[in-house]
Amino acid sequence: MAKWDWLERPPAPYTPGFLARVLVKAALLFVALNAAFALLDPLPALGRLSLYNRLFPGRHRLPYGEDPARSYNLSLWSLEAMLESHEVARPKAAGEFRVLVMGDSSVWGVLLRPDETLAAYLDAGGYAAPDGRTMRFYNLGHPIMALTKDLMLLDAAMACQPDLILWPVTLQSFPRGQQLEAPLVQHNAAAVRRLIAAYGLALDPADPRLLDDSFLDRTIIGRRRDLADLLRLQLYGAAWAATGIDQFYPETYEPRRSDFEPDAAWQGLTPETGLPDDFLAWDVVEAFFARAGDLPVLLVNEPVFISSGQNSDLRYNFWYPRWAYDAYRSRLFERAQANGWPVLDVWDAIAPNEFTDSPVHLTPAGSRQLAGLIAPVLLKIAGQP
Amino acid sequence: MQLSHIALFTAGSLLYAGFCPPRQRGWLLMIASVVALYWLQPTLTIFYLDFALPTATLALAAAVWWVTRPPENPPMLNGDDRLALALLAGLVLALSATRYLAPELRPTASRAPDVPPVALALLLLGLAGWALRRLFGVQRGALTAALVVLVALFIVLKTPPLAAGLAAALRGLTGQNQALAAPLDLEWLGFSYVAFRLIHTVRERQMGKLPALSLREYVTYIIFFPAITAGPIDRAERFVRDDRALLPAGENPAARLLTAPRLAEAGGRIGMGLFKKFVIADSLALLALNAVNAGQAQSAGALWLLLYAYAFRLFFDFSGYTDIAIGLGVLLGFKLPENFDRPYLKNNLAAFWQSWHITLSSWARFYVFSPLSRILLRHKVNAQAAVFLAQMATMLIIGLWHGVSGGFIVWGMWHGLGLFVHKWWSDRSRKWYLSLNQKPRLKTAWTAAGIFITFQFVTLGWVWFALPLETAWRAFLGLFGLVL
Repeated sequence: MAKWDWLERPPAPYTPGFLARVLVKAALLFVALNAAFALLDPLPALGRLSLYNRLFPGRHRLPYGEDPARSYNLSLWSLEAMLESHEVARPKAAGEFRVLVMGDSSVWGVLLRPDETLAAYLDAGGYAAPDGRTMRFYNLGHPIMALTKDLMLLDAAMACQPDLILWPVTLQSFPRGQQLEAPLVQHNAAAVRRLIAAYGLALDPADPRLLDDSFLDRTIIGRRRDLADLLRLQLYGAAWAATGIDQFYPETYEPRRSDFEPDAAWQGLTPETGLPDDFLAWDVVEAFFARAGDLPVLLVNEPVFISSGQNSDLRYNFWYPRWAYDAYRSRLFERAQANGWPVLDVWDAIAPNEFTDSPVHLTPAGSRQLAGLIAPVLLKIAGQP
Repeated sequence: MQLSHIALFTAGSLLYAGFCPPRQRGWLLMIASVVALYWLQPTLTIFYLDFALPTATLALAAAVWWVTRPPENPPMLNGDDRLALALLAGLVLALSATRYLAPELRPTASRAPDVPPVALALLLLGLAGWALRRLFGVQRGALTAALVVLVALFIVLKTPPLAAGLAAALRGLTGQNQALAAPLDLEWLGFSYVAFRLIHTVRERQMGKLPALSLREYVTYIIFFPAITAGPIDRAERFVRDDRALLPAGENPAARLLTAPRLAEAGGRIGMGLFKKFVIADSLALLALNAVNAGQAQSAGALWLLLYAYAFRLFFDFSGYTDIAIGLGVLLGFKLPENFDRPYLKNNLAAFWQSWHITLSSWARFYVFSPLSRILLRHKVNAQAAVFLAQMATMLIIGLWHGVSGGFIVWGMWHGLGLFVHKWWSDRSRKWYLSLNQKPRLKTAWTAAGIFITFQFVTLGWVWFALPLETAWRAFLGLFGLVL
């Protein structure tokens, strides 16, 4: 039997043959490891390995960051890693009534501290569900405007045992053509295709925007960016734990526009064309409710900035011409009534000065005010099956 | 150095080791080092400065070589030196001519100045050198003058207000906005290392210990490309021994470069260096202490976490670069000195400084501590006071080498004081320490405690090194929960 003496054994003189053998073995090992990685595809399993909620506290919102060095946060594509890094991945406590707050950047809280978001203010309310359990709110918003992304995240987050879903939405997330635009959606093609098939979504599973990985893409070399992202997410966990910062806050920002061109077009549509019914992805909303199953879902038509500036007779804000937004609202209520969706419409409930850099991003005060508007309705439906 | 630089240097070094005729090795090394000097120079905002600074490095090297020649050498250049001088001038002109190439093919940081003005500048430099030699000859005063010039230049470049002033003056010459002048305008590749190597040769000549070096040997020593960005600071007489061993294989069996042991050693060092720098250090950089996150930390524990990350990041970054430099050196036939020897595992501060940035601390010991101690003792200063003053001065110089700022001064004093206290303590506890040989367990425990205390002391010192002074004070107090 070989002795365990390599630490003390004097080094053998290296020979060309020895070097050649090392190189050949290294090359073979490299190929074998890459092939095994591609065949086994362990990325989802690796994504579930996390120091968050163990060594570091879980994040209050999902990983997202355009400036990782300053926000100690980054955007990545692994749904498993995203959820594992979130506090929602903690085991559900006895007596906890778990509420997932899904949605776009306004829910995620652009320009807001983690304790200034809608979910944070609802959580700070210390509400109790009708059955006496303590309501805990988890911010699962993600700064992308697409309903499909919300559906995909809900599908992944159902494993976290939610008791209620709060889903603020806005028209900008509805256009069908936009549903597969988001990189997070495109990089999770398998999950999206599964949802398309399961719920009969009117989206093309062969859409070239959905990224299919070749064998080489699935090797260690092909996955190097994903692997580096997983590692960086864990490292930023230490910085997040040390600072409580997960977003870069600029000293100044460009406020949402109040004056507009005399333009009534929206997404290529005009008052003349109207808003065709299939232009909006209502089927994704239906799928969302179907995926939630028996869980109560409160759909919220989220507040938007209403301008009184130049050409505000044509447009509510930079995003929405009045005719398109009005048509969307009326469709939303028709659909909600037809399908029995609980809807809270707070589109005009927040004063214009509480909007920051976009027609849906709120100040901390606006966010708190919104939480106050939602809470009573939420409590009402919390006890409903 | 980025990965692309290292990859190209490694490939080039392998080709050199395998195919360069032994007689041409020295020349090729000088040429490669000159090109690398321009290639690695960061882009600067002042017009043509990123071409002028590498050229100034070469001019300084040639000038200091001239004044450090042995006094017995004939005043005229020999054939090899004339060839080296012509080659240097030719290279600078050739590099300036690359301005006509496509941007992606240029080896310079930005578009070089045109050939005629560069030729004129070289001519003026040559004339100035000739005039100075005619006026003053080569005498002892020239060595002192060289020292003064180098130290003055060093102080200007390392003192932010002075550097900004010089940058403003240069901006004035080029017609650029002087209000935008900043010390970073003068980011001179490798100047800290170049200056300390030049000063080393001047002092060695003053002490009569410097061997006679050809211009080619001298310039290659000063700007040896593997060691230009992050050291180590080799000694000239050691470097030139390796250089002269690059003889035809028939004359010197050790001159065969492409051998299995050499490839294994070089590959191992470069691989280890890449892992340390680009995997460990760059990962730790994501959470290492800096001026921004120091103010964001929410607790003392959080600050300690950031500080430890900084301590290890610094070590792995710096020692990783050193490994790469040593590995490249091995491929090129040079055994560059080690710069690190597990410094965080030393059980006292003196041992730490014998294993952290070894070549810089050795330089400071040779040229600051030893002569200053001798002078103080000669002037009948109390021995303990002499040691204290010499240690403080040495550590201050090491601090100021990194930059003239309050943080580096405090960092230097922190270590100077630490070394003095360590010496005072070890002088008084020597007998007791020797008695521990009879109690191995207690000795092991004492050694472990020493490692822990030394590491904590060094790590606390990094606060002053990493942060601007005002932030450092807050962070330092914050580490103990005093201010947050």
